[in-house]
Amino acid sequence: MSAIATTAHSDEHAEDHAHHHHEQPFIEKYIFSTDHKMIAKQYLITGLIMGFIGIAMSLLMRLQLAWPDKEFWIFEALLGKFGQDGVMDPGIYLALVTIHGTIMVFFVLTAGLSGTFSNLLIPLQIGARDMASGFLNMLSYWLFFISSVIMISSLFVEAGPASAGWTVYPPLSALPQAIGGSGLGMTLWLVSMTIFIASSLLGSLNYIVTVLNLRTKGMSMTRLPLTVWAFFVTAIIGVVSFPVLLSAGLLLLMDRSFGTSFFLSDIYIQGEVLAHQGGSPVLYEHLFWFLGHPEVYIVLLPALGITSEVIATNARKPIFGYRAMVASILAIAFLSTVVWGHHMFVSGMNPFLGSVFTFTTLLIAIPSAVKAFNYITTLWKGNLQFNPAMLFSIGLVSTFITGGLTGIILGDSTLDINVHDTYFVVAHFHLVMGISALYGLFAGVYHWFPKMFGRMMNKNLGYIHFWITAVGAYGVFFPMHFIGMAGLPRRYYTNTAFPYFDDLADTNVLISVFAFITAAAQIVFIYNFISSIFYGKRATQNPWNSNTLEWTAPVEHIHGNWYGKLPTVYRWSYDYSKLNSDESDYVIAGQDFVPQNVPLQEGEEELNH
Amino acid sequence: MTAFLIIIVLALLAITAWQISKIYKLSRPSDDDGIIANDKDNQKQAKIMLVFMVFLYGLMIYSFWNLSKFYLPEAASEHGSSYDQLMFISIAIIMIVQVVTQALLHYFAYKYRGKKGKRALFYADNNTLEFVWTVIPVVVLAGLIIYGLVSWTQIMNPPDDEDTLVVEIYAYQFDWRARYSGQDNVLGKANVRFIEGVNQLGVDETDEYGKDDVIVNELHLPVDKPVIFKFRSQDVLHSAYFPFFRSQMNVVPGMITEFSFTPTTTSKEIKNSEYMLEKVKRINEIRSERSKDLVAEGRSELDEYEFDYYLLCNKICGVTHYNMQMKIVVEEEEEFNKWMEEQQTFGELLAKQ
Repeated sequence: MSAIATTAHSDEHAEDHAHHHHEQPFIEKYIFSTDHKMIAKQYLITGLIMGFIGIAMSLLMRLQLAWPDKEFWIFEALLGKFGQDGVMDPGIYLALVTIHGTIMVFFVLTAGLSGTFSNLLIPLQIGARDMASGFLNMLSYWLFFISSVIMISSLFVEAGPASAGWTVYPPLSALPQAIGGSGLGMTLWLVSMTIFIASSLLGSLNYIVTVLNLRTKGMSMTRLPLTVWAFFVTAIIGVVSFPVLLSAGLLLLMDRSFGTSFFLSDIYIQGEVLAHQGGSPVLYEHLFWFLGHPEVYIVLLPALGITSEVIATNARKPIFGYRAMVASILAIAFLSTVVWGHHMFVSGMNPFLGSVFTFTTLLIAIPSAVKAFNYITTLWKGNLQFNPAMLFSIGLVSTFITGGLTGIILGDSTLDINVHDTYFVVAHFHLVMGISALYGLFAGVYHWFPKMFGRMMNKNLGYIHFWITAVGAYGVFFPMHFIGMAGLPRRYYTNTAFPYFDDLADTNVLISVFAFITAAAQIVFIYNFISSIFYGKRATQNPWNSNTLEWTAPVEHIHGNWYGKLPTVYRWSYDYSKLNSDESDYVIAGQDFVPQNVPLQEGEEELNH
Repeated sequence: MTAFLIIIVLALLAITAWQISKIYKLSRPSDDDGIIANDKDNQKQAKIMLVFMVFLYGLMIYSFWNLSKFYLPEAASEHGSSYDQLMFISIAIIMIVQVVTQALLHYFAYKYRGKKGKRALFYADNNTLEFVWTVIPVVVLAGLIIYGLVSWTQIMNPPDDEDTLVVEIYAYQFDWRARYSGQDNVLGKANVRFIEGVNQLGVDETDEYGKDDVIVNELHLPVDKPVIFKFRSQDVLHSAYFPFFRSQMNVVPGMITEFSFTPTTTSKEIKNSEYMLEKVKRINEIRSERSKDLVAEGRSELDEYEFDYYLLCNKICGVTHYNMQMKIVVEEEEEFNKWMEEQQTFGELLAKQ
């Protein structure tokens, strides 16, 4: 099927570059590799391990929330002195909340998702031999690795890890007197995040430079696959917003260790007045959410990019409204940096500012809606191939809509007053960024597994994985909106202190049961993933009959990606089921896709995008 | 309800077990199978997609049918009724969009399932369509924004009224205090640096305005009288959440935040409302059920629950964050005045020392 794709430049093999014949020593190949494909795999596997830990933490929390008055040996086994006699310590519950959030948002969905697929796909899809700087790329991964190790090691600190919520608002996070986790645990959290930010910046700068400078001949910006657009814009958002988190972290570090008062003022704690004067926690909130909100899109845009690619390929149709999709990505990126205040409507910020942020926040719903409609239209009159990646992509569109819609409530300053910090918020953001982005990650893994490991994943296990996850995820998060509407606050160790919430207990049990089932389904994925790496069926060069350039590269990984000359691009990446001029057959007879490196055929018109 | 839940759980576990038993079989693909979706898979997955759609709609119906009883009772404050109305409109709009788009998504996925030899439509663009579905959200959102912002401005900028009761809500790990401004309706100056002995809220002892302030640990409010709350924290961030009054404001150390509302339903009225009678009955059934288990384990049984308004902390503030609450009593003005007279002023408290 892909004969045309390879013959297009087979005669250029003569100019083969010599460097990929050289055998690399083990360390250079597998550990300190500068090859983007290997780094992508390193990111993925580290991210998945972190994800395993993060999800395990959520299960402990669900166990506690469903049966707050029961004892579980597993608490003692996993939490040690914080779970003595099978009773979870209230402080460690908050630590679980904090570290679960941190790990899932930063380590799994930022590094694990965006890190993996930006690394794998940017060079391969734009037709480059590697990232602009392989060395910086390697450094970026190893900084990420070190920050992961530090974050995990903070779990073993005597007084417990950071426990002030993933947003680590001061003064709680600044004062060890206020909560045990704000001692060494919090210091390690800050150190880990500082290194993480450095890693993220190195990665992002590399992605931006690579996309701008290393596109192969003919690959204009308007011919880029939407995946690359998404990764590119994500990297820009990261460069704009991550440094602000770093500054917030540094100021917090100074307040903690050097007696400054950026965020602290008028505090009396443990029978003592502190010397701090004149700072404001609200300033910290502004700095944090200046990253915190764009972070949502840093997590989500790569998932949406992956979905665009997977849906188009498996629908055998061009993505509907390519220009609108690019414009939406850009609009979302721009708006994402001016909406952070919607996390702070009731923070004590001037109410007029609240009005402005309501306005910008609801604006961002427009490009999001356009994206959702475009996905649905792409399915219309398609020839849908239900590979597991496709199912996860459709699942993503579904949870993106469900979760996104409740954003209209939370983004409205008035309505936010009474649902702020309740389980309504938890349900909203888990659906719209947690589950959606995870679906994007899974879609990416199933779709590009052959590119990463040269083998195929088992589709039947993929189906089981998807359907149980899809049922479970909705089962967990849809009912959760309703306990939020009951006014149940998040981050409560137990709800039994308020008899008013007693009748919500059954729903909490239901949610927990769904959570356990969903988590169990992930074991199927892990089994499939690991066994396919070693025993999966060998992949063909272009298993999904896709148009993008990565499928013109050989299955085996070579340094430099392509033998011989780099492919030249003649068209956009969405010429699926395009017909020839008299509409008697496809552009290439009998083949419903036209890879990007195939020149325009006789009588064919390029779509003007 | 519990029995029903157990049945659901058992059914789901059975399905899981059945699926897992299939996993083994499915995980050994025959030569041509197990990798890329073929016509048979497309057919089967499309059908499951429809079943899933039924599940999703079933879940939504179940949730609205069975769980919407958990919604908070009608707002007990003046601005609360417009809040409730805006919430109702917003939920209605988003549910309409939800029902329509999810149906399209899943139905299209079913309808256009792949078949060998089928030709997908090459359909890359349509400006009219895109224009239409850009404009529709713009119009709907503009409506919601305008409605929301008008309410927001009214809530956050209440009219100046001589008659307004001024109350300070003071938060510390892990409890609340309320300080009334007394006869002069002006709160005495305060700062944590004045905290000493019985002066636990750090009121400036030299400030005349503070002498008649009244500090209590149970918030009483006269019905139909506007109250302006000034929030002050002693240590870390807290959030004063009054769910029944649709009011919430963070309590920030180093600054004073504000929120005002007018309670409209007395504690007595809400206790006897149909909603609350039913709710309390349900809760007490659950509690007496649980008490039986507790007694069997040799522990003491749970108290019978009686509803009272409460204020709770809604910003993570430390280990006992989950139990930081204060009872609120809304009563007729005479009752309130009577209660107030029984309280000790800050001046009296100091004099006693």
